[in-house]
Amino acid sequence: MVVLLVALPFVLVLIAYGVASDMRLAVNPADKLLPAPATIAETAQRLFTQGDRRTGDIVLWKDTFASLTRLLGGVGIAAALSLSLGMIIGLLPIARAMLSGFVAVVSMVPPLAILPILFIMLGLGELSKVVLIVIGITPFMTRDLAQRVLDIPHEQMVKAQTLGASSLVIALRVALPQVLPRLISNIRLSLGSAWLFLIAAEAVASDVGLGYRIFLVRRYLAMDVILTYVIWITLLAFVLDWLLKTLSRRAFPWMEAGL
Amino acid sequence: MSFVTVSNVWQAYGGRSILERVSVSVEEGEFVSIVGASGCGKSTFLRLLLADERPTRGEIRIDGGAPAQEPNPERGVVFQRYSVFPHLTVRENLIAGEGFATVLGRLRGARRRAAVERADAMLERIGLNHVADHYPAALSGGMQQRLAIGQAMTAKPRVLLLDEPFGALDPGTRVAMHEFLTELQRETRMTVFMVSHDLEEAFKLGDRVLVFDKPRRDPQDPGLFGATITYDFDARDGGIPFQNTLERYPTLAVG
Repeated sequence: MVVLLVALPFVLVLIAYGVASDMRLAVNPADKLLPAPATIAETAQRLFTQGDRRTGDIVLWKDTFASLTRLLGGVGIAAALSLSLGMIIGLLPIARAMLSGFVAVVSMVPPLAILPILFIMLGLGELSKVVLIVIGITPFMTRDLAQRVLDIPHEQMVKAQTLGASSLVIALRVALPQVLPRLISNIRLSLGSAWLFLIAAEAVASDVGLGYRIFLVRRYLAMDVILTYVIWITLLAFVLDWLLKTLSRRAFPWMEAGL
Repeated sequence: MSFVTVSNVWQAYGGRSILERVSVSVEEGEFVSIVGASGCGKSTFLRLLLADERPTRGEIRIDGGAPAQEPNPERGVVFQRYSVFPHLTVRENLIAGEGFATVLGRLRGARRRAAVERADAMLERIGLNHVADHYPAALSGGMQQRLAIGQAMTAKPRVLLLDEPFGALDPGTRVAMHEFLTELQRETRMTVFMVSHDLEEAFKLGDRVLVFDKPRRDPQDPGLFGATITYDFDARDGGIPFQNTLERYPTLAVG
């Protein structure tokens, strides 16, 4: 029953697309805007299995590998950075006074607006794309993690002190474990923005990558290729999200004990 | 020489007096209940004992030592809520009572095995051995408070401070907790300070009941004067003093 309900909106969208595509193809069999589902499936099969005629490489897998490397690199660096900054801001009043205003202002800078600066300063290679993702999602994650550290009841900190805990032990054994689940959920929330920044950077300047390929074939109006890539990116994003959710559930059983 | 000495302590927040002229000395092993109306500074007094705050004037010494600058292992504490760590299992919470004092907050090897053994003994003592591997969120309010008391005891404090520890519990659980605490205190002879807003509880558990109130009031400026200890009751023998004098000092008997 639940499965049916879950599947219903998907089925409706597919039917709507099929009908619209059918109507356009009936008028003009050479229409490129809404290719028939069968055509898309055919194209997808070709893209996933057949290599490039000249080099023999399967372009889609190369694009996927390049994009995922950039995405995971950027998100990983952003996670490490925001975790350390968030802990420092949340735990040390001096650091909070110094950094929280700065982070709040930096988080307001539109990341895509500084993309040209990154291209000028860091070149058109991998570095500028990874840095764009890092700059795009770190400030927001830092602010949220710092707030989560501040939300830990004062009673717990005092209790830890009466058990003889030093500041280091409070950070490692009281604050860090309670912030980690929040970090995972932050990463899940940030993945959407991270994909946005990745595809934008690849669209502007790149020679391989999922976003680059979509914007490349746009010139030939190859809707079947674009749709295949869009579905593939969606699937990758969904799997990443699901993996993080599972990790969070496995690693932090105490989060769910109260539910 | 008394064990805990509070001498002429004043506490004010930005010109608003909370406590004034508080002096009291408590012997080792005494159970002191602290009562008073809301906002009369009894929780402030407990925070001062805890060294979570420093008094504006006066000092608090435990066993003649220097006044503490921040909470330390000499003081054990149980709050009304948030006293246990939600991310540690019941057993880990007890082990933390010993492990947090190390450099990285973790015990390894033989020391950990010994700590686990002691933790299991304590679990038996506080009646939580059947939920040793559960997380605190899965425990009832009474079980959480028992765990919090057990955890505080594991660190072997010299003074145990309780801030309305049973305030959030239902009446039945509360009575059970009273028995548990009385028994534990009789066994360990720990010096205990307990803030309570329940007079009956205060007299039932305490050897001594301190009442906080404002002796002076300024109607134009309510924040001018702070509260102090207005009554210091002997609550032993059901709150009726001298009834056992003859049993204690048989030589006083006539004839």
